[in-house]
Order: sequence, then C-alpha cells, then structure tokens
Amino acid sequence: MERDNHQEGEAQGVKICDSPSESNPPADTLATSLSLLGNHMFPDPVERNDGTTVVKEEPADLHLSDVTAQEQSLDAEHVSNQVKKLETEAAENSECQNNESTETTERGTEDAAIDNDQSDSGEFVVTMLAKAKLEEQGIGVKGRSSPLLEAGTQESPAFMSHRDEDVTADSWRQHRKHVFVLSEAGKPIYSRYGSEEALSSTMGVMMALVSFVQSSDNIIRSVYSEEHTVVFLQKGPLVLVCVSSSRQSEQQLRGELLYVYYQIISMLTQASISRIFEHKKNYDLRRLLAGSEKILDGLLNLVDSDPSFLLAAIHCLPLASSLRDSLSQILQKAITPNLVFSILIAKNQLLTIVQEKTVIEDTRLEPADVHLLLNLIGASSAFQAGEIWTPICLPLFNPDCYFYAYISYLDPPECTVCLLLLSTDKEAFYAVAECKRKIEEAMVAQNSLSLIAKAQSYSVSQVGVSDLRHFMYKPFDVPDNYRQLTQFTSPEMEAPYSSEGEKMRLLDLYRYMHSRIHSTSRPLKLIYHVAERETLLAWVTSKFELYTCFSPLVTKACAITAITKLLRWIKKEEDRLFIRYPPKYSTTPNPSKSSRGGKSDQQDSTDNGFLSLL
Amino acid sequence: MGENLPRVPGGAQLHSDTLHGPVRTLRVKMVILGSSGVGKSSLALRFVRDEFKNPSPTVGCAYLTRVVHLSDVTLRFEIWDTAGQEKYHSVTPLYYRGAHAALVVYDISKRETFVRAQVWLKELEKQYIPGSTVMCLVGNKGDLDQERQISVQEGQALASDRSLFFTETSVLSGDQISELLLGIAHRVYECIGGQQGGLSEWKETPLIDLHHRDTFTPFASCCKVGP
Ligand SMILES: Nc1nc2c(ncn2[C@@H]2O[C@H](COP(=O)(O)OP(=O)(O)O)[C@@H](O)[C@H]2O)c(=O)[nH]1
Ligand SMILES: [Mg+2]
Repeated sequence: MERDNHQEGEAQGVKICDSPSESNPPADTLATSLSLLGNHMFPDPVERNDGTTVVKEEPADLHLSDVTAQEQSLDAEHVSNQVKKLETEAAENSECQNNESTETTERGTEDAAIDNDQSDSGEFVVTMLAKAKLEEQGIGVKGRSSPLLEAGTQESPAFMSHRDEDVTADSWRQHRKHVFVLSEAGKPIYSRYGSEEALSSTMGVMMALVSFVQSSDNIIRSVYSEEHTVVFLQKGPLVLVCVSSSRQSEQQLRGELLYVYYQIISMLTQASISRIFEHKKNYDLRRLLAGSEKILDGLLNLVDSDPSFLLAAIHCLPLASSLRDSLSQILQKAITPNLVFSILIAKNQLLTIVQEKTVIEDTRLEPADVHLLLNLIGASSAFQAGEIWTPICLPLFNPDCYFYAYISYLDPPECTVCLLLLSTDKEAFYAVAECKRKIEEAMVAQNSLSLIAKAQSYSVSQVGVSDLRHFMYKPFDVPDNYRQLTQFTSPEMEAPYSSEGEKMRLLDLYRYMHSRIHSTSRPLKLIYHVAERETLLAWVTSKFELYTCFSPLVTKACAITAITKLLRWIKKEEDRLFIRYPPKYSTTPNPSKSSRGGKSDQQDSTDNGFLSLL
Repeated sequence: MGENLPRVPGGAQLHSDTLHGPVRTLRVKMVILGSSGVGKSSLALRFVRDEFKNPSPTVGCAYLTRVVHLSDVTLRFEIWDTAGQEKYHSVTPLYYRGAHAALVVYDISKRETFVRAQVWLKELEKQYIPGSTVMCLVGNKGDLDQERQISVQEGQALASDRSLFFTETSVLSGDQISELLLGIAHRVYECIGGQQGGLSEWKETPLIDLHHRDTFTPFASCCKVGP
C-alpha cells in the first residue's frame, strides 16, 4: 500500500539503531551488544531485502532539544500531510485493479463525484460523514427510532451510561476512539459512545461507503483525515468501523476491531450470525446482543489499557512455581466427563490453566480466547452473586460451537479468585459444580487462598537496573510438542507512570514502538527512541519481543547493558513469571490417544525454548 | 450475610438462624424469567443476601441458593436467574425445565416488559404440567410509581386469568420481597411438597463437612418462619 509519505513522517521521529560498523561505542559495550544481540540483529546490507528495513540513524547522543524539535516536526508533518486518503485494495487479484479506474469513474459520475483520485475520494467520505452529522442533529438524542429500525423490538436497559450520550455534542466527537458495529444492511448493532439509534444515519453512511467501494470489487480499508484514522473491517455480514484519534497504526486498530468481532462471536457464534443474516438481511442483531453492550464496552476499555491485547499474549500472575503446580494438581484431580478446560484466575490474571488431553490434543487455547474469557468475567460483576452457567464460544478455537462455562468465585465476599470450568455438555452444570466443591475443599486443605492472596505483580526495582522504568517481555513459543500458551511478563507501572494519564502515555509510546516493529511496509527489529520524557528501546528477535522504557538520560550503552541484565533476571525468574508446564488431564476412562502422563509431559519440556538464548 | 433480614409486616417473623432441627430439607428449583433490565438479578440478590446494588447484566444463568424454614419443613431454594437476552432463548428451557417455581418479572414502568412477560407465560405453559410448577407474576420497580405504565389492576387481571400468584415488589426498597419468597415457599410446599416425587430431599454432599457449608453455598442465608 502506498503510504510512504506517512511512513517517512513517522520515521523522522524515531531513531533506529545503527549497525556496529557505523558507530564507535566503547569496546566492552560493543562486545556485550554483539554477543547479546546476535547477528540477526544487525543484518548485513545484503540481508536487507528480506522485508526488514534498517534505517541509519542520527547521532546517538542527540540532545533533548533536538528531539523535541523532531517530535514537533513529526506532528507538523502529520498535520500538513492531511492525506485524506481512501485506501482501496483489490479484493480478488490485481487484474481487478486494471478495471478499477474506469469502473469507479463511471459509478462516480452516477452517484457522487468519486473517481480514482484519492483526495477526491477523501472529500467524498468527509462530506458524507459530515452530512450524516447534520441529519443526526435533526434526529436528536435518544428514544427516537429511525426508519432503519424495527419498531418495538428495542429493549433499552437502564444501566448504560455511555448510551445516553448526546451524539451531537462536541464531547461526543472528542472521544479518542469510537467503535461502531453495523450489519451489511446498514443497521446499527453497537456504538461505543452514544446510542446506536441516534447514530443510525452515521452508520447508514458508513455502510453506503462500504458497499459503494465494494461495488467496484474493492474493499474499503481505511480513511485518513487530519485528526482521525477511520478503519473498516468486514467480517461476514458484520462491518466494524473504528474512528480513532489515538495515532495508532491501521494494523493495530484493525486488530482491535477483530477483538470486538470475536467478542460478538463468543456470545452468538459465527454460524448463527451467518444463519440469521442469510435468513433475514435486515435483522436487528441488537435483539440478540441486548444487555451485552457492557461486555463490549469493557473489552474496548481493556484494549486501551491492557497491553495483553497489543501483544496477543497472556499476562499471568507471578507465583512460586511450587504453588502454581499444586494449584494445577488440584484442578487436575477435580474432573468430570466432558470437562475440557479448568482455569484459575486471581485479580483478573491467570493463575493456571489445565486442559483435557484427548479431546483437544493438538490444540491449545489461543491468547485471544483467554482475553475474551477474562473480559467476560471482568465485565459481569453479576458473576459474584452465585455460580454462573453460560454458553460461550471460543472463536479461535472453534467459531461455530459453544462451550458451557461454569464460573464461580472462590473467595466471597472479596471475589478476587475465580474458577472457570469449560465443558462441552450443556447439561453438566451439577457435575461441574461438584468439581468446584472438590477444588474448594482441596484449596481449603492446602490453605491455597491465603497463599494466592499474597501473590502480586512485581516491581521493576526487583530487576536492579536503576534507569529501567518499565518493560514488557514476550518470549516466543518454540514450536515443539509442548505447545505453550503465548505469554508475556511486565512489572507494575510505577512512578512516574502511576496516574491514569501517564499510564496511557506510556502505553501509547509502546503502541507506537510496536507499530514500527510490526510495520507491514518496513518492519524493524530494533528501535531506540529518544522521547521527550523517556527513552524507549524495542527489540524483536526470533526468541522474544521486548519493549523497555528508560529514564531520558540513559545512554545507549547503558540501555544495552541494562537489557542484558534484564534478560538474565527474567531467565532466573521465569519459573515464577510464566506458567511453564501447563498440565493436562484425561476425563475419558481409557485415554487411548495419549499414553504420556503428566509426569513425562513435564520431563519433555525441560527445554521449551524459554530464553534458551542466554 | 443474612444479618440484615427484612422486617416482615404481616405478622410472620424471620429469624436469623443457621441451626435447624431434624426437619427435612427439600430442594426447590426456582427460575426467574423476564426481559433484561426488569430486576431479575437484583431480585435474586435480595432473596439470597438481602442487599441491593447495581448489577452488571447477567451472562447466561446465575445459580444461587437460599434456605427457607417453614414450620415443619426446610426448603432449599435453588434459584436460576436467567439472562433476558434473546440469544439465550435456545438454552433457557434447560433452566426452567423441571422448575417447581417460576417467577415471571416485568417492570411496571415499561410496557414492553409486560408484553414480554406474557410471551414468557405462554412459553412456560407449553412446558407446564399442571400442579408441578407454581407460577408467579411479579411487577417490579414498584418504587417508580410516577413512571408507572402498568396499573396494579392490569397486572392482577393477567395473573387472575391464568390463576397465577401476583405481587408488585420493589427490589430497591425491599418492599414485598420476603413476602414473595415466603408466599412461594408455602405454595410450593402445599401444592407440590405432598405429591409423590414432587420435591426431592436435599442431602449435603458427603464430601463437604458441616463447617464448610457456608463456603459452598456462599450466599445462602437462613430464616425461620414462626407460625
Ligand atoms: N428503581 C428500581 N430499580 C431497580 C429495581 N430493581 C432493579 N432495578 C434496577 O434495574 C436495573 C436492572 O436490574 P437487573 O437486576 O440487572 O435486571 P435483570 O436484567 O432483569 O437481571 C438495575 O440498574 C437495577 O439497579 C427496583 O425495584 N426499583
Ligand atoms: Mg440479570
């Protein structure tokens, strides 16, 4: 995709680590960095066409004032760019593209002034969106049904605060990230802020836009305006739209929309959604999602505040491995036919996860599915008032079928330790509830709850590197028969990142680094970014992905030494920081497929790839 | 948990009492149905913990228990609080099948929830074996009298037509909640308790010894009704 202007603009704000031949760091640092970084970190010029771009950098000891100026120039660039670009992509193959210009032009003269000129397309979008705004002002805020809606099918529960927002107000427009979900027929399904009803004309326009572009065999993917990035994602009969001023990359925003889609699937299944819309194109899906908006709201808040989503990895609660093992064993012993996953959660973080081995031998839970489950638990405090039994789909595991989830807190009234048991049998409630009693009993006997209560996230000061303020470390799963759950570890965000605003600012910096590392056009392996109030270093190797945040005065040499220390520390602590050996159980009397017991599983996994780099 | 028991105006008294004599304990399956937002989860919470807080929307079904002592029997209510969302309709029969008591709740300030309640009643009647389920129509949010869209008479008339137990409640203020539960307890015991195979006896699972009981039915509180 042609987005080079934009990319260049961003590139000016970052500095990319030089290749060793081009700078002269002290010998000891170089030695360290070379042995530490390995060859893949500094590709030879010949290797550079593997899709990786390493840009030569500005002097290493850049002054703060320069940096500020640079950041400003980035902003200026951003603004002056004002690329109201309508990016389209040939849906099938490039041949379509040949016809594109003629076809689009024809349609353009018919409907509105749209042609292949990108700025004109942009104008079109902006005009259309603006028009929608005007119409809404006529519609007013709440309660009025629009012609798009079926009358009387609406249940509007009283508990939705954001739903009552005045969509004509400036404050509505100023939300950092809007998310809309609509059906292909243009019917509103969900809006993060304001009621979908009041927004039906905006959604209608969005859909008009999507189908307009579609009619020429293209897929609308994104629209850039001065302050906003609009990203579209079509999944089956659903269209998801994000309007963001967060400066995140299109890729990241699309990833977030995908989470929203998956959360909807987790409640309804993909199969039933397609069935519904095949049957009735203008079905009002809100009838099925009524009451679930809070779950989507909660998801979007988590996506903004929890880096697990960005990293597509699980953050487990650090725990002495002996305690984690004993908890796993408790789960392993409390089983019943058709039970497939047993998951223990504390303070919204994973403690352990145990899975049935014959039913799902070759699969594992995807991080995204776990995120959806954690969000479901977090979003519904109603769970605290009893035992829950609910159908739930794990979209990455199987988007078309339901599991039945048993959810119960083990430590009322505090309700911080939560047990989640997944069964494939919808009639199994009493049997599964009985497993919980056994688990509860064993945990009482072993005093597990008070031990869990002591577990907590760690402080970065434990690493013992003075300039290091925060980090996120995600080891890569090494493809072995062990099939680890993708995880990451990260300390508590402490001063100067203790306020909500500062936390968000650090996350935004991480998101920025992440977008550079994962850029589709120019992925990078190492970024050393001197920001105004901190210095960040992001580094991806075949073994791990690492984001670090240092105080602003750190030198590059210091940062590299610090990272060496950090990696050693993680290696030392990995048994505590990660779920190392997720055990399995068998609920079938004679496990025919797998002869390996839990014991040998553990022995097999002594080298599961964690940090074998060091 | 069960300390703040409501005062019952109608002469009956509720005692906080966790000890019970050698009376039988019978299991009563009770299901709460109705549109989302009418106050089903709040009602269930009042039943088992006598508190009111703003709940999040229910996902699937919540299972709660509450023990009620009548003069000659103890009833252990196993309450299924269902989600009103249509997406769960396919699984809801699972929850109301075999129920001894079914509460259909509407919000007196929202007519569409009353319309919906009638749909629920029809649905229940399909499954209904006469004499096996005590059905009850509940008009909730009685405190919202100013915004009332369904009169007491209208609710009463619908209930009388189908010979259902009817009451208006306010989960917010606690009004009529314990009366409702006791009313159901008496009816269930009278109508079903005597029948062959009507109510099954509840035995604590041998796994759990007595002092763990509070943990495993965490929110159950007990009350005794004097004659
Ligand atoms: N005013 C008033 N509000 C209530 C009453 N009962 C419940 N609510 C509120 O109605 C909303 C929905 O309640 P909830 O129990 O979640 O309803 P459910 O969807 O039927 O389970 C919540 O905001 C409750 O606080 C009541 O008696 N009076
Ligand atoms: Mg509820």
